[in-house]
Amino acid sequence: MPLFVVTPLAATFLIMIVGRFVKDFNKYYTSLTLLFLVIISFSCLFNIGENVDVYKVGGWQPINKIPIGIYMVMDGFSAIVVCIINLIGFLVAIYSISYIKRYTSENYFYALFCLMIAGMNGVVLSGDLFNIFVFLEISVISAYSLVAFGVEKNELEASFKYQVLGSIASFLILFGIGFIYWKTKTLNIADIREAFKTGYDKSFYLFVQLLILSGFGLKAAIMPFHAWLPDAHSSAPSPISAMLSGVFIKAVGIYVIIRLFFNMFVITESMAILITTLGTLSMVIGVFLAIGQWDIKRLLAYHSISQMGYVMLSIGIGMILISRGVKQEVAALAIAGGIFHLINHAAFKGLLFLNAGAIEYTIGTRNLKEMGGLAKSMPATSATSFVASMSISGIPPFNGFFSKLIIIVAAITAKFYLLAALAVIVSIITLASFLKFQRYAFYDKSDEDKRPEAKEVPYPMIFSMIVLSIVCLLLSLLAVPVVRDAVLTPAINILMDPLKYSSQIIGL
Amino acid sequence: MIAYILCFILFLVGLYGAVTQRNLVKIAISLSVMEFSTFLFFALLGYIDGGVAPIVNPAEPARIYVDPLPQALVLTAIVIGLATTALLMAVIIRLYRKYGTFDIREMKNLRG
Repeated sequence: MPLFVVTPLAATFLIMIVGRFVKDFNKYYTSLTLLFLVIISFSCLFNIGENVDVYKVGGWQPINKIPIGIYMVMDGFSAIVVCIINLIGFLVAIYSISYIKRYTSENYFYALFCLMIAGMNGVVLSGDLFNIFVFLEISVISAYSLVAFGVEKNELEASFKYQVLGSIASFLILFGIGFIYWKTKTLNIADIREAFKTGYDKSFYLFVQLLILSGFGLKAAIMPFHAWLPDAHSSAPSPISAMLSGVFIKAVGIYVIIRLFFNMFVITESMAILITTLGTLSMVIGVFLAIGQWDIKRLLAYHSISQMGYVMLSIGIGMILISRGVKQEVAALAIAGGIFHLINHAAFKGLLFLNAGAIEYTIGTRNLKEMGGLAKSMPATSATSFVASMSISGIPPFNGFFSKLIIIVAAITAKFYLLAALAVIVSIITLASFLKFQRYAFYDKSDEDKRPEAKEVPYPMIFSMIVLSIVCLLLSLLAVPVVRDAVLTPAINILMDPLKYSSQIIGL
Repeated sequence: MIAYILCFILFLVGLYGAVTQRNLVKIAISLSVMEFSTFLFFALLGYIDGGVAPIVNPAEPARIYVDPLPQALVLTAIVIGLATTALLMAVIIRLYRKYGTFDIREMKNLRG
């Protein structure tokens, strides 16, 4: 398990040193590293099952059942997220081989990219609160610099905005960690859970939860904290936008929120309602902001906010039901829908940003009004972006349909009819805005004569896009009960039964 | 208790600066103030009145020691804060070269 952090971290330094002397070392080494990580992450996913795997950094054994070392924990849920990170990371690395030629200093790009992967893997696998913060900062600092990679006016401005808000988020998180340490005198998530179980001060508890939620909510761009996301995601180089939007906001934002609120805090109803409300707000407002955009990457970035709203919404419904202690199977269904949508969003939003990058690579603009008629000259891009657009708007048989269906069914059976209706309406508006994207980018014939120079992008880029679109189709299989039991159910069980998580880790 | 309140006031001073200042460098300084109030809070967490540095000498009788863990956390956080500040200043210098000013009101390419 430590390989997930060590390999990309080693790659960072190797690229900086060896890449200086050996030409093309950086791109192939990055791809190889990530291919290796993809293989071991999938083998972990299929082997982990219901178990919880603990690695104690430095071999510090617990004394009297009190954990003193830093724990790294792999369970069903983190295995899924690690798989997403490394799979999307691998495809993006392949894509970058051609794309990043436009920029100078490729070494820095690949080094920062590996650093970001290392940080995200660390966040997801960490079982220690402060360790989460450290890995979060590693990945966030490399994300800041990757956003500013173009060093033009827009990139720098976006990066500055992101850094200011990101730093404030980090301080809030640090304050929250400090308060938790003050009360519980431990930093291990499972151990904190044991301390909270025995009783807690109501107002203190609420304060800490709000600090943690707003800190990680800022990193995940939940609605009132979303201001940095469209700028940062549209200014970054396209492969990095795919990483940031497809994986980054989930790994350091949503994943940590879910993990801490289910496995560390005792779920309270007021917090659950707050999370549901925030999710609904970002789902609705995100899509309305998206529909008026003419810059493709900004449009996609606003849709990220909206789709993250879906995940938060269904997780919140699950939390409400758990805190009320009723209809546990519906709660499980809602959480399944949330996790499923999280996986799907990584696949199709990553693909959409890669498509946007391919369009920008070929015709050099991101403005939808200046495009049109690209369907003939770029068949692969057009076909894959069609798959992704249909997935995100929830058209069967693509994956987005099934996860949205599960979320809506869970909302209806839990008697949240308003939320279910809103989810359907937002899905229709999403479809409308992606039809606009398809029409203006690929099918509008008026401009066709003007673009004899438009031609298909190089093969590595096509390869990544096609693999991702196949992944989009294959993920529909997760709705099949047999596959769902193998992949999603362990993750749901670990979230639904927090005592299992903490007792297994403390017991080891 | 008074130390905790002062630490919180320091955090609010930093937040006020980050929100109201229009100069990029002053925003960076405000962020640093916030950062250091957080570090101060951590240092206070581990402090025990009359405690000494936790270097255990078996020959001596047991004494009150301060909690060493927050100190370790603060050291880590300071290093991280250094990296963040350095990167922020690098971006500010680049922005100054592009715009010729530190005024944040002049930089509004990204809207909507």
